[in-house]
Amino acid sequence: MLWNAFLLALREIRRNVLRSFLTILGIVIGVAAVITMVTIGGGATAQVTQQIASLGTNLLIVRPGQHLGMGQRGAASPFRQEDVTAIAREIPAVAAVAPSASQSVTTIFGNANWSTSANGVDNRYFTVRNWTIEEGRMFSDGELRAGQAVCVLGATVRKELFGGQSPLGSKIRLGKMSCQVIGLLAAKGQSTMGRDQDDLILVPLRTFQRRIAGKQDISLIQISIRDGIDTNKAQKDIELLLRERRHISVGENDDFQVRDMKEIAQMLTGTTRILTSLLGAVAAVSLLVGGIGIMNIMLVSVTERTREIGIRLAIGALEREVLLQFLVEAVVLSSFGGVVGILLAIVSSLGLSALLNVPFILNPGIIILAFFFSAAVGVIFGFFPARKAAQLDPIEALRHE
Amino acid sequence: MNPAPLPPPLICLKGVTKVYGHGQAAMAALRGIDLEIGQGEFVAVMGPSGSGKSTCMNILGCLDTPTRGGYQFRGVAVEELSRNQRAMLRRHYLGFVFQGYNLLNRTSALENVELPLIYRGLPAAQRRAAARQALAAVGLSDREHHTPGELSGGQQQRVAIARAIVTEPAVLFADEPTGNLDTARSKEIMELLASLNREHGITIMIVTHEPDMAKYAKRTVCFVDGLVATDEPAGGES
Ligand SMILES: Nc1ncnc2c1ncn2[C@@H]1O[C@H](COP(=O)(O)OP(=O)(O)OP(=O)(O)O)[C@@H](O)[C@H]1O
Ligand SMILES: [Mg+2]
Repeated sequence: MLWNAFLLALREIRRNVLRSFLTILGIVIGVAAVITMVTIGGGATAQVTQQIASLGTNLLIVRPGQHLGMGQRGAASPFRQEDVTAIAREIPAVAAVAPSASQSVTTIFGNANWSTSANGVDNRYFTVRNWTIEEGRMFSDGELRAGQAVCVLGATVRKELFGGQSPLGSKIRLGKMSCQVIGLLAAKGQSTMGRDQDDLILVPLRTFQRRIAGKQDISLIQISIRDGIDTNKAQKDIELLLRERRHISVGENDDFQVRDMKEIAQMLTGTTRILTSLLGAVAAVSLLVGGIGIMNIMLVSVTERTREIGIRLAIGALEREVLLQFLVEAVVLSSFGGVVGILLAIVSSLGLSALLNVPFILNPGIIILAFFFSAAVGVIFGFFPARKAAQLDPIEALRHE
Repeated sequence: MNPAPLPPPLICLKGVTKVYGHGQAAMAALRGIDLEIGQGEFVAVMGPSGSGKSTCMNILGCLDTPTRGGYQFRGVAVEELSRNQRAMLRRHYLGFVFQGYNLLNRTSALENVELPLIYRGLPAAQRRAAARQALAAVGLSDREHHTPGELSGGQQQRVAIARAIVTEPAVLFADEPTGNLDTARSKEIMELLASLNREHGITIMIVTHEPDMAKYAKRTVCFVDGLVATDEPAGGES
C-alpha cells in the first residue's frame, strides 16, 4: 500500500511539473534565505569574537595626547623609557608593560618594495598583543639591548616581499638600514575595522629609536593586567602615576589617555549582536513568506484536485489511500525542496562569506529548523485540505469544480 | 426446517428518495424508487432529462447516499456499511461509467484505465496487459498514450468504459455510455456490453435516451419525475 501510494505520488509529481516546481520553489527560497542569513550572521559574530581574543585580554593602551573625541588627540610630549619602568615598578596589578614606537617605512628586498609600518618593540609586545611566531624566533636579550639590525615580519609584508620563498636569514632594507629577518608572525587577518593587522614589521625598540626614528620617544605603551584584577582600578592607578610624572596639576586635564581594550571589545560585540538579530529577523520573515507561498500552492492545488480525489474514491480508493498518496507527495516535494534549499544556502553562504570576508560556519540547528519548518508547512497544507476532500462522498467531490 | 429461502436479488431498492437542497430550495430528484435487479440482468434505464436517472445510478453505484429508503446489495444494507466498506464494494464489485466521463486530466488513457487495478493491488505487468486489452476492446489501441485533453469526446467516453470494464466487475453501471458516439460506434459498444453480460455474466445497467440502444438490454425501466413509470422486458415499446 505504501509502495502504491509512493508510485501514485511520483506519477502526480511528474505529471504536474509546474505545480510541483512552484511548491518546491517556495520551500527552496524559505530554507535557503534563512540558512544563508544565519550563516553569515554567525560568521560575522565568530569573526568579531576571534578578533577580540586576538587583541589580547586585560589590555590597557596608553597614548600621549589629550582625548578630543572621535579619535582625535591633541599634541603632547611622548613617553620615555623611564615612564615604562615606573609603571612596571609601581603598579602591582601590571603583568607586562610593552612600550613601542612606530613609523611608516619603505622596505626593499631584491626588486620588490613595500611600504609598511615599522614598530620598535620588545618581547613583551608579543605577549600583550597575542602574536605567535610561526617560523623563526623572537628577539634575543642581546639583540634588544644592543639594538641590533634584526626584524620579525608580519604575514602581509612577507608575502609582498618574498612571495613563496622563505625569508628567514635574508637581509631586507628598512629605510636606510639593512636588517636581517629572524622570525615570521602567524597571520591574524583583517581587523573588524577592515585594517590589515598583518601589515607590519617588528624591530627591537632600541634599534627603532636609534636607526629609524633617531629619537628616544615611545609613542604607545601597552599594558597587560594580571588575571582577576579589576582593570578599572589599574587604569586609575596608571593615570595617577602618569599625571604625577608628567607634572599635571590638579585642575588640568590629562595630556595622555589610558584606554581599556575591553570597552572597545564590548562595543564591537554589541554591534554584531544587533546585526545578528537583525539578520535573524529578516530570515524569520523570509521563512514565513516562503511558508505562505507553499501554503497557497498547496491549498490551490488541493482545491483543484478535489475532482481527482472524487475519481479515485469512485473507483474504489480508500480514504486513507488517497491521504497517504497526498502525504507522500507533500513529503517528497517538501524534502526535495528542503534539500535543494540547503544546497543553495551552502553555495550562497560560501560565496557571500568569501565576498564579505567572514568565516563560513554552518549552523546545523538552523538547517534542521528551516528544513522541518518548510517541510511541515508543505505537509500540513498538503494534507489537511486533502483530508477534507477525501471525507466527502465521491459524488460530492466529483461535483466540485 | 423451512425450505431454503430464495437468494436475495443482487440489487434491491426500497422507497429510495433523494432530496437536493434544504427548506424552500429543496428539490426531490427521486420520490420513492422500488427496484429489484437480479444477477446477470441487462437493464436499460430510460426517461426524460431530469427525471432522476443519474441520481439513481449514483446511489446504486454507492457514490451517493439516498435521503431516505433502503438499498440492499446482495442482501447487505449499504447504508449500514462504513465508508471504507463501501469503497471496498466499489473496488471489488462495481464498475461505473460517468455521464461526464471523469477521467484524470494530464494522464494517459492507459494510466487512466490502469487506475482501478492499482487499487486492487495487481502487479504492474498484469495491470498493463489488462488495461491494454480493455482499451483494445473499445477500439482505442492506437490512443493508449493520449491524455483526455488529446482525445475527442467519444474517445474519452470509450476510455471511461474501458476503465469500468477492466476490473470485470460483478455489476456495471453505465450512465449514457453511448451519448457521444455515432450509431456505428454505439452499436459496437452495445455489442461489447452485451457480450460481457452474456459471456462473463456481468450484470449491466445502462442509462440511454436511444430506444435502439435499449434494445440490447433484456429489460427497460422508465423513469418519470423521480419515479419508476414503467418496468418491462425489452422490446415492449417498439
Ligand atoms: N447536485 C444537485 N443539486 C441539486 N439538484 C440536483 C443535483 N443533481 C441533480 N439535481 C436535480 O435532480 C434532478 C434529476 O437529475 P438527474 O441528473 O438525475 O437527471 P437525469 O435523469 O440523469 O437527466 P439527464 O438525462 O439529463 O442526464 C434534476 O432536476 C436536477 O436538476
Ligand atoms: Mg443523467
